[in-house]
Amino acid sequence: MSAEESIKQELENKFPFFKDAVVIKRPRRIFADIPQERFLDVFNYLVRDMQFAHLCTITGMDETETFGVIYHLSRDGVVVFSLRVHISHDNPRIKSVTGYFLEADAYERELEDLLGIKVEGLAPGQRYPLPDNWPKDDHPLRKDWKLKSEEDHA
Amino acid sequence: MHNSQDVKVPFGPQHPALKEPESFLVTLRGEKITASSVKIGYNHRGIEKACEERTYIQDLYLIERICGICSHSHATAFAQAVEEIAGLEVPKRALYIRSLIGELERVHSHLLWLGVAGHEIGFDTLLMYTWRDREVVMDILSLLTGNRVNYGMNTIGGVRRDITPAQAKEVLKAVDILEERTKYYIKIATQETTIIDRLSGVGVLSKKDAISLGAVGPTARASGVARDVRKDDPYAAYGELDFKVITANTCDVYGRTVVRVQELMESYKMIRQILKDMPEGPITVRAPRKIPAGEAASRYEAPRGEDFHYVRSNGTEKPDRVKVRAPTLANVQAVSKMLEDRYLADMPIVIAAIDPCFSCTDRSIVIKNSGAKNSKTVPWEVLHVQSIEWYKERRGIDFSALNKKYAKAFKI
Repeated sequence: MSAEESIKQELENKFPFFKDAVVIKRPRRIFADIPQERFLDVFNYLVRDMQFAHLCTITGMDETETFGVIYHLSRDGVVVFSLRVHISHDNPRIKSVTGYFLEADAYERELEDLLGIKVEGLAPGQRYPLPDNWPKDDHPLRKDWKLKSEEDHA
Repeated sequence: MHNSQDVKVPFGPQHPALKEPESFLVTLRGEKITASSVKIGYNHRGIEKACEERTYIQDLYLIERICGICSHSHATAFAQAVEEIAGLEVPKRALYIRSLIGELERVHSHLLWLGVAGHEIGFDTLLMYTWRDREVVMDILSLLTGNRVNYGMNTIGGVRRDITPAQAKEVLKAVDILEERTKYYIKIATQETTIIDRLSGVGVLSKKDAISLGAVGPTARASGVARDVRKDDPYAAYGELDFKVITANTCDVYGRTVVRVQELMESYKMIRQILKDMPEGPITVRAPRKIPAGEAASRYEAPRGEDFHYVRSNGTEKPDRVKVRAPTLANVQAVSKMLEDRYLADMPIVIAAIDPCFSCTDRSIVIKNSGAKNSKTVPWEVLHVQSIEWYKERRGIDFSALNKKYAKAFKI
C-alpha cells in the first residue's frame, strides 16, 4: 500500500464520516473536503498524530454560495494534504490555527483582508497585505468586487 | 513591567539598510533587541486578483513578474499546476530545459545574495567579486532565453526555446569558470576569520524553531532541516538528477552562507548532468485554450525555498483562483526569532540572511538611438568595456590581473 493510501485508510478508520471524502489526485497530492464542525478534530489529528507538521499555506476563495478555505499541510515536505472547509457566505467565520502554526498569522490576515473572513482567535496586529488606508469592508478577492475610482478610496 | 530604558525604533518602510519596502519596529534595551515586529505588504500589487481576469497564457507572463530574481520559479510552478489540471504530458526535453534554467537562476540568485551579505558586513570587495562573476551567468541566461531577467522560457505544455549544441558548449564553458570562482568563495567562507567571526552565532534559529516556525529553503537547511522540494517532491527533471541536499548544523548566518555556496557546486553538477543527459525530442505539447475544471497544488524549490502555487480552474479560459505563497512569507516569522536578544548591529545581516526577495531591475542590451543630436547607439560589448574603464579610472577598481589569470586558465 502506498503512503498516500495508508494516510487515506488511517483517516477513514479514525473518522468514519470521512469515507469517500479523501481523494488521492496523484502521488504526493491528497485533497479532502470536510464539514466545518468537524474541521478542528481532523486538523488536530493530522498535525499532532500524523505528523503533518508543515503548513505550506492557506488558500481562501470565494465560491459565490460559500467561501472555501484550504489548509495545505505537508508531512516531511513530501506529501501535501489539502484540507478544505466550506463556510457560510453571509457570516464567514473560522477558528485561527496560529496555536498550531505561528506562520499561519500572515496567511490568516490575508483571509481577513482579501476575502473578509473573520478569523476567531487571531491575535491583534497590523493588517496584511492591504494598505492601512484601504477601507475595512472592501475585500478585493470576492467575486463581486469591482475596481473603484481613486476618489472612492480617498 | 515597563522599563524606562526601553526605546522603540521604527525602521522603514524606506530605510538605507533595507533593500525593499518593509518596516520593522524594534524595542531596544541599550544595544540589545528585546522585541521586534515586522510589517510587510507594501509591494502588494493584486496579482492574484488580476490572474482571475486574464487567460492562462497572459497569467503566465504576469506571474513571471511577481519577482525579478526567481521569475522562472514562479512561472514554472504556475505552468506545472495548469498542466496537471489539463492532464498534459510535458515532453522530457522541456522538463530538462526547465531544470537547466532553474539551476542557472539559482546560481545567479545565490551569487547575488553572497554579494549582498558581504555588503551588509562591510566586506564590499566580496560584493564586487561576486557580482562581477554573476555577470557570467547573466550572460548565459541572456544567451539561452534572450533576457537577463524574466526569461519567458515557459509556456503551458513545455518551453518556448530549445537549447542548441553551440549554446550548450557556451554554458559548459561558463560553468567551468563559475565553479573555479565558487571554490575560491568556499575557501573564503571556510577560512577567512573575518567572515567566520562576524557571522558565527549571529541570527541563531534552532532546528526546533526552524521546523515550528515553518522556515523553508537555505534558512531551514542551515538549521539542519534537510528539506528540499527538488528531492522530496521531484518536479521537472529533478527525479533523474544526482545531487545532495546541503545542510549545516550551526543554525546561524554563517551556516546560511556555507549552505548557499555549497549549493552552487551542486547546481554546477546538475547543469552538467542536464546537458549530458538531455533527451532529444519536442519541447512543447499543444495545450487547450480552455482548461477543464479542476485544481492542483504545485511546489517548486526556488533559490529562497519552497514556492507554493494553488490553481483552480472552472472550464473556461481564465482561472477561478490562483494562490501564490512565495518563500519569504514562510521565513518572515523566523526573522523575529533570530533577532530576539541580539545586537542592533546584527539586524541588517540577519534580515539579509533569509535572502528576502526584492525586485531586480532589467537592463537594456542595446541603447536605442532616440534621434536626438549627439545621441549614438552603443552595443553591449562597448558598454561593458566602458563601465570597466569608468571604475578603473574613478574608483581604482582594477581586475585586469585577475582577468588575465582566468583567460589563461580557461583559454577565453
